[in-house]
Amino acid sequence: MNERLDDLYRDIILDHYRSPRGRNPVDRPDIATDGYNPSCGDEVELKVEIDQDRVKNIHVDCRGCAISVASGSMLAEVIKGKSIDEIKEISHVVRAMLKGDTDDIPEDLGDLDALKGVRQFPVRIKCALLAWLALIEGVKNFEEGHGADGSSISTEE
Amino acid sequence: MSIEAKDNSNAVQTPAKTLDVAKIRADFPILDQEVNGNKLVYLDSAATSQKPLSVINALNDYYLKYNANIHRGIHALAEEATEAYEMSRRRTAQFLGGVDPDEIIFTSGTTEAINLLARSWGEENISAGDEIVVTEMEHHANFVPWVLLAQKKKAVIKRIPITLCGHLDLSELDSIITPRTKLVAVTHMSNVLGTINSLTEITEAAHKNGAVVVVDGAQGASHLSIDLKALNVDFYAFSAHKMLGPTGVGILWGRRELLEAMPPFITGGEMIRHVSFEKITFNELPHKFEAGTPNIGNVIAFRTALDYLDNLGMDNIRAHEIALTQYCVEQLTKLDGIEIQGPLDYAERGAAVSFTDADIHPHDIGTFLDSRGIAIRAGHHCAQPLMRAMGKVATARASLYIYNNQSDVDTLVETLIEMRKYFGV
Repeated sequence: MNERLDDLYRDIILDHYRSPRGRNPVDRPDIATDGYNPSCGDEVELKVEIDQDRVKNIHVDCRGCAISVASGSMLAEVIKGKSIDEIKEISHVVRAMLKGDTDDIPEDLGDLDALKGVRQFPVRIKCALLAWLALIEGVKNFEEGHGADGSSISTEE
Repeated sequence: MSIEAKDNSNAVQTPAKTLDVAKIRADFPILDQEVNGNKLVYLDSAATSQKPLSVINALNDYYLKYNANIHRGIHALAEEATEAYEMSRRRTAQFLGGVDPDEIIFTSGTTEAINLLARSWGEENISAGDEIVVTEMEHHANFVPWVLLAQKKKAVIKRIPITLCGHLDLSELDSIITPRTKLVAVTHMSNVLGTINSLTEITEAAHKNGAVVVVDGAQGASHLSIDLKALNVDFYAFSAHKMLGPTGVGILWGRRELLEAMPPFITGGEMIRHVSFEKITFNELPHKFEAGTPNIGNVIAFRTALDYLDNLGMDNIRAHEIALTQYCVEQLTKLDGIEIQGPLDYAERGAAVSFTDADIHPHDIGTFLDSRGIAIRAGHHCAQPLMRAMGKVATARASLYIYNNQSDVDTLVETLIEMRKYFGV
């Protein structure tokens, strides 16, 4: 049983959980979205500052379990410096991977591969999805011109 | 806490007989299995209890021998099923301290029972400006229907807060329950904190002001000896599946005069006396509130669950749970990082033990314990207002019942130690 558990709590995940990235404040966000997981009460606050179509600063404050915190931390690490189009691609790939729609993960995503183990624990998939669903919603709003207005998503929708 | 000590209706009066847990466990075949390569340790009875063989056999018997629709059939099977169904009603009335069987309404569960009240009693009796009092420790089932009713009727919701040690804070009760109060909704036992509420003071204050008291007994009925006449409340709702019975059966008890004055909630077959295009008259209690074909087999099997509980003796069950809860809380308290939520006075709490770990989220606790075959609950337990009052997002909850023993608690404690090593905290 430890093998399956170790697959969920890989060292990379525990490392991100213990020292989450992306905790610096973003004072003037271009994207601001909150995420909620009503099934467990976990919350994420996501703020992104865009400069010349690229992510300049990101703040991800995830209040929840190891999986949701680690997933949010990886998100912060991965999208820093990326363009809006790249973010869109990455976030949709991660969502498809977590939902089990694809195994085709580009290699340069690095740490994100560790999230694959979550799929063996169906009740924990929403934990890993939380920050990514907030990002997808935030980017959509940004492209529609109201990314900074503040929006929220739920993993139940 | 002298206030709580006044209500000793739940305290054990005579020396209790020790439960023979090994013998009880033999009646629950589901417990004898491995989960994820480990012996199953079931610590989630507050969510749903396991069912003894006798209850499963009663269900089987109904479907194998006398499955038929009830009340209107004029054949042997229908008569047998009707008699068994009504026998369950009488048995339930007896289990609750000998109330009138006509006051027992079968629903799909506690949630439907309380929704029935909100829709039927609430629609008739709540108007703009009226006050509904709800405690901070309610399960959403005894919270959401009242808040929605208040919104619809422009009534006011007032709250009874909790103290730091997890009891209801009744110090301001006089200003909370007033002549404007129409209804007070309170849980008999908290599904998160395990607190057993003294209902006496609340009921007295409510009745003095002409308000009715609705008690969520989903946790209370499975663990406490219930005497509804002594409790002096007006409505009491609970679920069969938390007390060895099948899922899909709830019980709403209400005072006859209140139930008689209430309009039907769901309409259709069985709940009518006469139907024409011009006029519809309603059936008598309890059928007025049981439209359509009820959950016949499961209601019938619930009687066997009540027999099982009464054979053990509710006072003996309570004594077993007090001792085991004390052991559990004391062992957990010894662990680094683990904090118990809820009262520490064992006579005033039930066997739902919520805890948090300073470093590990309840969901991670739940997943780790599951990997070792231990079933607990983790999350907000459908009690978000309470979580907010406690300043928590979620807790882990181990809940104990008649088939649990000290060895189950020991396994939990050892595994939590192992967990903290695993996560490196």
